[in-house]
Amino acid sequence: MPPRVSLFITCFNDTIFPQTGQAVVTLLERLGVTVDFPLEQTCCGQMHFNTGYATEAIPLVRRFVEVFSDSELIVSPSASCVGMVRDYYPRVAELAGDAGLAAAVAELRPRVLELSELLVDQLGVEDVGAHFPHRVTYHPTCHSLRMLKVADRPLRLLRAVGGIDLVELPEATQCCGFGGTFAIKNADTSAAMLTDKVRAILDTRAEVCVSADNSCLMHISGALSRQQTGVRTMHLAEVLAQTISGGVA
Amino acid sequence: MSPAADPLAPRFPAAASAALQDSQLRHNLGHATQTIRAKRAQAVGEVPDWEGLREAGRALKERVLRHLDDHLMALEESVTRAGGTVHWARDGEEANRIIGDIAVAHGVSEVVKVKSLTTDETDLNAALERRGIRAWETDLAELINQLAGDTSSHILVPAIHKNREQIRELFVRTLPDAPPGLTDDPRALAEVARRHLRALFLRARVGVSGVNFAVADTGTVSVVESEGNGRMCTTLPEVLVSVMGIEKVIPSWEDLEVYLQLLPRSSTAERMNPYTSLWTGVTPGDGPQEFHLVLLDNGRTNVLSDEIGRQALNCIRCSACLNVCPVYERTGGHAYGSTYPGPIGAILTPLLSDMSQARSLPYASSLCGACYEVCPVKIDIPEVLVHLRQRVAEDPHAPLRERLSPEHLAMRAVARVFADRRRYEAGQRAARFGQWPLARGGKISRLPGPLAAWTATRDLPAVPAQSFRDWWRQRS
Repeated sequence: MPPRVSLFITCFNDTIFPQTGQAVVTLLERLGVTVDFPLEQTCCGQMHFNTGYATEAIPLVRRFVEVFSDSELIVSPSASCVGMVRDYYPRVAELAGDAGLAAAVAELRPRVLELSELLVDQLGVEDVGAHFPHRVTYHPTCHSLRMLKVADRPLRLLRAVGGIDLVELPEATQCCGFGGTFAIKNADTSAAMLTDKVRAILDTRAEVCVSADNSCLMHISGALSRQQTGVRTMHLAEVLAQTISGGVA
Repeated sequence: MSPAADPLAPRFPAAASAALQDSQLRHNLGHATQTIRAKRAQAVGEVPDWEGLREAGRALKERVLRHLDDHLMALEESVTRAGGTVHWARDGEEANRIIGDIAVAHGVSEVVKVKSLTTDETDLNAALERRGIRAWETDLAELINQLAGDTSSHILVPAIHKNREQIRELFVRTLPDAPPGLTDDPRALAEVARRHLRALFLRARVGVSGVNFAVADTGTVSVVESEGNGRMCTTLPEVLVSVMGIEKVIPSWEDLEVYLQLLPRSSTAERMNPYTSLWTGVTPGDGPQEFHLVLLDNGRTNVLSDEIGRQALNCIRCSACLNVCPVYERTGGHAYGSTYPGPIGAILTPLLSDMSQARSLPYASSLCGACYEVCPVKIDIPEVLVHLRQRVAEDPHAPLRERLSPEHLAMRAVARVFADRRRYEAGQRAARFGQWPLARGGKISRLPGPLAAWTATRDLPAVPAQSFRDWWRQRS
């Protein structure tokens, strides 16, 4: 078991979804992991890179590599930000024309893990001792599925949760229509995709829609809330942090 | 001239918004793409080493592109040796002129055509029309579009946006031989088209086709199809002209083995397509006695010089990426304003037109990656989309209003904030205080400016009082 894990919270979770970070800390500490949080971290640069502003992402990549250079393992509750680091940081380093950065990125990449990868692959646990007596459906986000290929790791973790009523989401692997700036630039198409995702979620009669990315969840919950569906969204970490004796920190 | 893209087409978001309102289109497309998706998954699932096959298909194309000039010269030599004539066309205009000259030299006023994206790309039919030559489309869906004065909306199923009833109505209106009581039974519709086309096949003296694969070492050219119209067009006329993008060359006969497995399963979800026509030059007394092969560049050599973009030239036009694309499924092909719609069109069109057009297409994707997952030649479409977005966003020749757009300014400002912890934390505080006129009950339902596009259909969570890092500091 690794003695220490550095939390890469992501700018988005830090600012808008602090409860997810708190849940990760609670969960990992419960499993005997020491968590540290390098305060110098800010943003991985994904939004800039994906929208075409790769040059703006270069200093952010440099910063990330420096901030986490001493970390043995880095965990993040965001599949898409982990995907950025693992799949696209080498490309940014190449664009920067900086061999030193490229080497540092190559060295860092394998140590950056999404939460379910850390739990299942590194810690070797599926039953994390959680208890969550609710009807839940799981939306596999595109980047967790197709970039990181986390496969059924999140589902294995959810299946082991006590009291949970886990129902399969129809057409689960269909994108929710978020896509970062896509949701703004092609708002109508994005909304059409979201409508179908919401319909699939409502069809499950779940109380809670769970996912490994708060960005997609923010998109989905935006419609669930606007349409007064009464369905809420929760990050996977928040469900796994719940125990029979009570909630999160 | 513009390859692929229509310069007058509206930008993707506007064209898509209009298409989204077309309930018939949404229904037709939703049904068609979901059906073919499931069938493809099954057809691919039968092949034990599909991933190995994909990798072989990709690697082979990569090697071909690296020595494209050599393979093309070899192809020219072998086609010539087999009695064919090879023409080199720098762009679509040149290709159209070559084909028109051949038709004029034979004194014909009409040609029969096999479905060909390459001739759609060069707008051949219009060019021939201007010289008084009628080009008859013989693929059923292309015929439907031609009769309707419509354009293709799918690489493989060009009339996917039309349903049986719409086709029935069209045939009754436009085909003199259509029986008055024609039903929308697919067999009845196909029979009417067969009768109409049969007369054309028997009459036409010049056939025009595209090319799926051209084998460099034997000079063999191949057309892969389902309906048999291609076989008719490539065997019955006295003269056959085939047009191919220069990336369609493969080194040897054995390489067909890879692609003839990848293509049908990916495109029509069949183990093998019904008709695979292969011919080598001219055979005396059998088939066309004059064969011309037109090698078309039309922007392709420019794409070759783009290290990330060049993988788009791997494309074998199977259309699997269209069928799995959540954007295409909802907007249809016309919204892309290009010969090549869907995910592959969103990269191929801007690449071929050197970004002067189609600047909105690289953004017509949520980067969900479903296209890359199914691509039989492993084109990393999301990677190329992001690469092209960079070319749009960092284009030094973009108009000033684009370079000083709210998006550009915001992206630069945010990057500056993220580059420094103190600025970042100040930014978090600013967001928390700045939202007070907008946040109600923990959510934001109306935002000003471009962000209103989000809140038109979605709420946003309000920024909570305490950030994670504040909680962490307090805790330790």
